[in-house]
Amino acid sequence: MDNKELKRRANNIRKNIITMIYAAQSGHPGGSLSAADILTYLYFVEADINKDNVATYKRDRFVLSKGHSSPALYAVLKEKGLLEEDIRTFRQINSKLQGHPNMNYLEGVDMSTGSLGQGISTAVGMALANKLDGNAYRIYVLVGDGESEEGLVWEAMMAAAHYKLDNLCIIFDVNHLQIDGRVEEVMNPLPLDAKAKAFGFNVESCDGHDFEDLAKAFKKARETKGLPTAIIANTIKGKGVSFMENEASWHGSAPNEEQYHKAMAELDGRDE
Amino acid sequence: MAEELRNAYGKTLAELVRENPDIVVLDADLSKSTKTFEAKKVAPERHFNAGIAEANMMGMAAGLAASGKTVFASSFAIFAAGRAFEIIRNSICYPHLNVKICASHAGLSVGEDGASHQAIEDIAIMRVLPNMQVYVPCDAKETKAIIKHVAAIKGPCYVRMGRGKVDDVYDDNHEFHIGKVDVLKKGSKVCLFATGMMVQEALKARDILKEKGLEVTLCNISCLKPLDFEGVYNLASSHEYCFALEEHNIIGGLYGALSEALAPYALTKLFPIGVNDTFGESGKAKDVLIKYGIFAERIVKEVEDKVK
Ligand SMILES: Cc1ncc(C[n+]2csc(CCOP(=O)(O)OP(=O)(O)O)c2C)c(N)n1
Ligand SMILES: [Mg+2]
Repeated sequence: MDNKELKRRANNIRKNIITMIYAAQSGHPGGSLSAADILTYLYFVEADINKDNVATYKRDRFVLSKGHSSPALYAVLKEKGLLEEDIRTFRQINSKLQGHPNMNYLEGVDMSTGSLGQGISTAVGMALANKLDGNAYRIYVLVGDGESEEGLVWEAMMAAAHYKLDNLCIIFDVNHLQIDGRVEEVMNPLPLDAKAKAFGFNVESCDGHDFEDLAKAFKKARETKGLPTAIIANTIKGKGVSFMENEASWHGSAPNEEQYHKAMAELDGRDE
Repeated sequence: MAEELRNAYGKTLAELVRENPDIVVLDADLSKSTKTFEAKKVAPERHFNAGIAEANMMGMAAGLAASGKTVFASSFAIFAAGRAFEIIRNSICYPHLNVKICASHAGLSVGEDGASHQAIEDIAIMRVLPNMQVYVPCDAKETKAIIKHVAAIKGPCYVRMGRGKVDDVYDDNHEFHIGKVDVLKKGSKVCLFATGMMVQEALKARDILKEKGLEVTLCNISCLKPLDFEGVYNLASSHEYCFALEEHNIIGGLYGALSEALAPYALTKLFPIGVNDTFGESGKAKDVLIKYGIFAERIVKEVEDKVK
């Protein structure tokens, strides 16, 4: 798939993220939009997750450790043709599209997440299971930069390096924002690259909105043997909707009608 | 008036930090939601954001308290009580330190965020800790009184608050007796013991039942531990049917507390009305509460079913 096609997919995904959150009048646009290109690359190029294998766990798997970005996951599954549920039921009663992903409701949701820090630990467990079973499947996990303030993240990293889990790829969505403000001001977890290196990781840094850059990072991760990889993806929170970009207030609030139309018009413009 | 309890918490905390230089406030990247930012405005040098690191926040709280500070530590109930549980046990409760854990977003009324964020077991796990006191206010006025109360007493306390607005139960000049069972309405035969937002639902249920010819007693239990044993005993012994009403699992919460207190005396029939040992889900708070049976009509139905 070429970069133009990836861009088109990512833009559809962004539109569905906004549509979902607008319909629910609830949800987290900022971190969903910052992760949209990473997930697009992962599901359309990097990971082998498709209609034929999605129902099993004998395949590559993805854990959304920053579970509040569920709209990005649902939208990418939709774009892949792996999700039947109407996205407009997101966060409504009786919907499979829970505010934070539930693995028992949807094929393609590989772990129930929402409590920050826990997804990365479960990914370590999955990678360990694949080693035990002699499988070559890869485990990917997306962690927020705010999320990386959790001690559990570093316990998981320690274990991943200790057990030489080269089938594990941790992607940090470094958008520099958490709820109370900039990560540097609230509780600085940076620099993540030096920390990951010190924990025994192969570290790749990239622009999390540039498909060529993402391709290089994921390729290096795949080629690295004997140690896990951490990809430091530099991103922009709210990416793609100008008034949401780099604004902490768009972490967890839904657009009103006017903002919805403005956002959709901007995204439509990117298709041309 | 209707107000969010966490709003009342933020305002009261701001007053307290202004008056008392020994109070320190901790939060874990949720200060806008828990409302501790109100205290930060008054005394920014005594407000520390632990970041998204609740376990460390509780450890820091213990250290501050062991150095003479009165500490208020806040997050959502699921992370404050849940994520940090064993640190609360061993570093706060065991050494009996002066830490007030004031948690917001408890219960199913969290709504859209769903089961991962809906603490329905926090009362149980906080109540089971030796030295811990557990408070669940029912409206903004009682929240204010409880926050002032826990600030004034020594030792660990857990205060549980929901996310949404709740109608006032008490009027402005109500004199609170924190720690005591408060009888809001007198009736006979049936007594409803309610805690938190269930007090409002119980008030509605009482009106419906009254119209149907059954006038029940209704009381607010905002202090689950230490439980007002005498108050509970007297009510149980003077009513044939009692119900424990809570926005919490029916295991380990108010029903648990009342059962433990009353079982040896076999004074009454006691039934639970709460979350039936199941996880919640996403949805508008009202939709979730109705689906899981946390509303007035369910209370009416349960009472009618049991009381023939
Ligand atoms: C253990 C835990 N603590 C607190 C929260 C509440 N919360 C949800 S999102 C969030 C901020 C996350 O920031 P970050 O990881 O940087 O995510 P992003 O910027 O990618 O949205 C917080 C504190 C949570 N979900 N889990
Ligand atoms: Mg972030």
